[in-house]
Amino acid sequence: MLTNFFRNLRALPFAILLIFATALPVLAGPFEDAVAKFANDEFSDTEEAIGVLATGGNSLAYAIISALQDGRLMADPDTKKVYVTQPDGKAIDAATGAPVASIPDSATAVRLNNRLRRAVEAALGGLTLLSPDPAKRIQAAQSVFKTHDETMLPVIDGALQKETNKGAKLAFTEARAAILLFKPDATDAEKLEAIATIKARGDQEALALLTGLTGDQPPAIARAAANATSAIQSNLALWSTVQNAWYGLSLGSVLLLAAIGLAITFGVMGVINMAHGEMVMIGAYVTFMVQEIIRTSYPGLFDYSLLMAVPLAFIVAGAIGILIERSIIRFLYGRPLETLLATWGLSLVLQQAVRTMFGPTNREVGSPSWMSGAFEIGQITITYNRLWILCFTLAVFAILLAMLRFTSLGLEMRAVTQNRRMAASMGIATSRVDALTFGLGSGIAGIAGVALSQIDNVSPNLGQSYIIDSFMVVVFGGVGNLWGTLVGAFTLGIANKFLEPVAGAVLGKIAILVLIILFIQKRPRGLFALKGRAVEA
Amino acid sequence: MMPHVLMRSLDRSATLFLIVVAAVGVLVPLSNLLLPAGSVFQVPTYLVALFGKYVCYAILALSIDLIWGYCGILSLGHGAFFALGGYAMGMYLMRQIGSRGVYGNPLLPDFMVFLNYPELPWYWYGFDMFWFAALMVILVPGLLAFCFGWLAFRSRVTGVYLSIITQAMTYALLLGFFRNDFGFGGNNGLTDFKDILGFNVQADGTRAALFALSCLALFVGFLICRAVVTSKLGKVLIAVRDAESRTRFLGYRVESYKLFVFTLSACMAGVAGALYVPQVGIINPGEFAPGNSIEAVIWVAVGGRGTLIGAALGAIVVNYAKTVFTSGPLAPYWLFMLGALFILVTLLLPKGIVGTFNSWWEPWKAQGISANLASAAREHGVSEPDMAE
Repeated sequence: MLTNFFRNLRALPFAILLIFATALPVLAGPFEDAVAKFANDEFSDTEEAIGVLATGGNSLAYAIISALQDGRLMADPDTKKVYVTQPDGKAIDAATGAPVASIPDSATAVRLNNRLRRAVEAALGGLTLLSPDPAKRIQAAQSVFKTHDETMLPVIDGALQKETNKGAKLAFTEARAAILLFKPDATDAEKLEAIATIKARGDQEALALLTGLTGDQPPAIARAAANATSAIQSNLALWSTVQNAWYGLSLGSVLLLAAIGLAITFGVMGVINMAHGEMVMIGAYVTFMVQEIIRTSYPGLFDYSLLMAVPLAFIVAGAIGILIERSIIRFLYGRPLETLLATWGLSLVLQQAVRTMFGPTNREVGSPSWMSGAFEIGQITITYNRLWILCFTLAVFAILLAMLRFTSLGLEMRAVTQNRRMAASMGIATSRVDALTFGLGSGIAGIAGVALSQIDNVSPNLGQSYIIDSFMVVVFGGVGNLWGTLVGAFTLGIANKFLEPVAGAVLGKIAILVLIILFIQKRPRGLFALKGRAVEA
Repeated sequence: MMPHVLMRSLDRSATLFLIVVAAVGVLVPLSNLLLPAGSVFQVPTYLVALFGKYVCYAILALSIDLIWGYCGILSLGHGAFFALGGYAMGMYLMRQIGSRGVYGNPLLPDFMVFLNYPELPWYWYGFDMFWFAALMVILVPGLLAFCFGWLAFRSRVTGVYLSIITQAMTYALLLGFFRNDFGFGGNNGLTDFKDILGFNVQADGTRAALFALSCLALFVGFLICRAVVTSKLGKVLIAVRDAESRTRFLGYRVESYKLFVFTLSACMAGVAGALYVPQVGIINPGEFAPGNSIEAVIWVAVGGRGTLIGAALGAIVVNYAKTVFTSGPLAPYWLFMLGALFILVTLLLPKGIVGTFNSWWEPWKAQGISANLASAAREHGVSEPDMAE
């Protein structure tokens, strides 16, 4: 309290000086009169003032009315002075725009009622068309496009002439077209031109505008509108197909990421690892830990947190995988059903361990700045995190494939897969290869966890939601074939997303599961079945 | 007159098991109803309901042992058949509520009124009659198992592939039954039952009767399983388990045998579910969760697969342990223990309790009684499943 007082006291001379310096040259005009009306704090006066400001074209009008909307417009009933508190806390005199050191204590926020709020919104809509920020101008033009309010036409025309920004110019042209289309006294030529502009825009809103056109139009215009409508509809159908395909690719990449480690352990080694999902979960929790440490100690490195989490998750999950293989799974080779049960038990233990350590609730994992946001291509929006996950998945897949193909461990792994006894006879330490293979599969699951932490809730149940899907992908694609897993994941992802709009999310998933069950009847060994002796081994 | 087949199917331990089941089935309800409350020998009603639940689980375990222990089919979706039987019974119990529901609609169950169903869906017709519901308890799981098995076994889906698609089946059903517009009460399921065949489901007498019925079902189910596994059919099943290809080359239609035993097992699971629902008072989609089905498999593994008695014992022992631990201060550690049970049993006790006991006891028995040699050899063959695929 006291320090505040002193600060005010110190600022007082400056304030007095400023008031005198700025108050002198002011000549009362309609703008200043209108601003002064806010000080009365009567609803009728406020409405009048808004009307004057909205049409007056003063450069301060936008700041004043948006301040009014947010309750930042302060009026002193004694001196009839009106101030705007700017979002950064500084105050200006509303009538002159001159900075004010402090607002007198007697000033109160100008009140609004619902009627006034509508007036404020309408005034802002018009004023933002002239805003210095092009993004705001485009936004305002979009809202005019939707409302096609006739009274905006002069403002739009004026703005269009001054406009230099390309995007804003297009938005203004479209808004103008929308107004002309619905203006009763516009000429037919103007309307036809407007329809062409709206058709070129070609999105859902353009469609809504055209279908909202009343029936009593001249035949030429009605025909042009109908043509434009069908053109937009087919265009939208095309884009929605593209959109579904993208969602499908995105889901497919998530499925692939979750299944790719399983393709190693189940596909290459023949081990049913029901704890695979928990390796994914551990990867996600490693990400959480890395981000916790960065948040508390090195906040500047947050954007690199995922890059650091990837190798760590691989090492942690891989080490746990090797431990599991050495302590449990190696005793169960050749008994796949028992392996299934033991690893299921293991998954319960791991889940409960994480639940005990980190609590049962979701943990927050943040996105680095380069993964947040989105961009648009045509009519679809692509978020960066989905795009990154797709790229990341393909990169992991390529590295894995190269590893199996070109490294000595890859060679040994393939040898053991194809003929264990022969490989052992050739001097390959098969049990070491088993452990490393299992560790590799688990480590990749851990990496998957890093990526999935970006799009899913990090909770002890994270892995559970992926395990059945991952098995479906591997079984569908064909066991022992990484390419099969790739094709399987993307096929299932895309099929799922194309079924979803038709059947709904849950029914679509059920349909996919039923289709896979039927598919396995037809091809019990998946899309790309291994041939030769390995099949019967 | 006891049929010859049944007489032949019973050896000493099976007879002992049946006597125990029958005795428990008679004595527990009698002690609950006749002895004064507070007496040392009086079984409280809550325990009757609890034991009734275990007996239903034992029937489910028996049905899993029949296909896993004797035919090598590991179903990770048997909970689905159990739940379907339960839903069939739940639908009958819902229709019995009549106009006593919260909304007082004489025809529609409460959840349908709540969800604005204009009329009763066609698949709810007939469930106001007990005989129809009882028929559906057996038919619906049986039919699903028949169709599923017909598709799966004919195209020779075996081993882990079969396990995974049975899991997918129960998962698909789980997702479906969670939906409100599926017509089975969505995620709340069916509950708030009033009476069964005119008797109040909450009453002591009804609970005791349900317990006795569950024991009877276990008794009959065990007899059927014994009859199947000791018959020639049972020998073929064991042959399929141990060497499927060889059995096929010998001229047996493997898929028909598998289909028969899989369908029979699903019907048994359905009956278990139907007896389970009135005793616990609710059936919801959670019963379809893949985890439940796997848990049921571990009961069999703990007790000893391929022994039938072991499956029933395993179900009771594991569930009793679950009740004890989850209600005490050790509750947070129950999942650790359950998980450890899965791992330790598969690693250290692959034959389960009964199987290990048999292999430890049999040399002694064989020394003493030469007359029992044939039966002991049979037991031996049964209790040593060879998992090699």
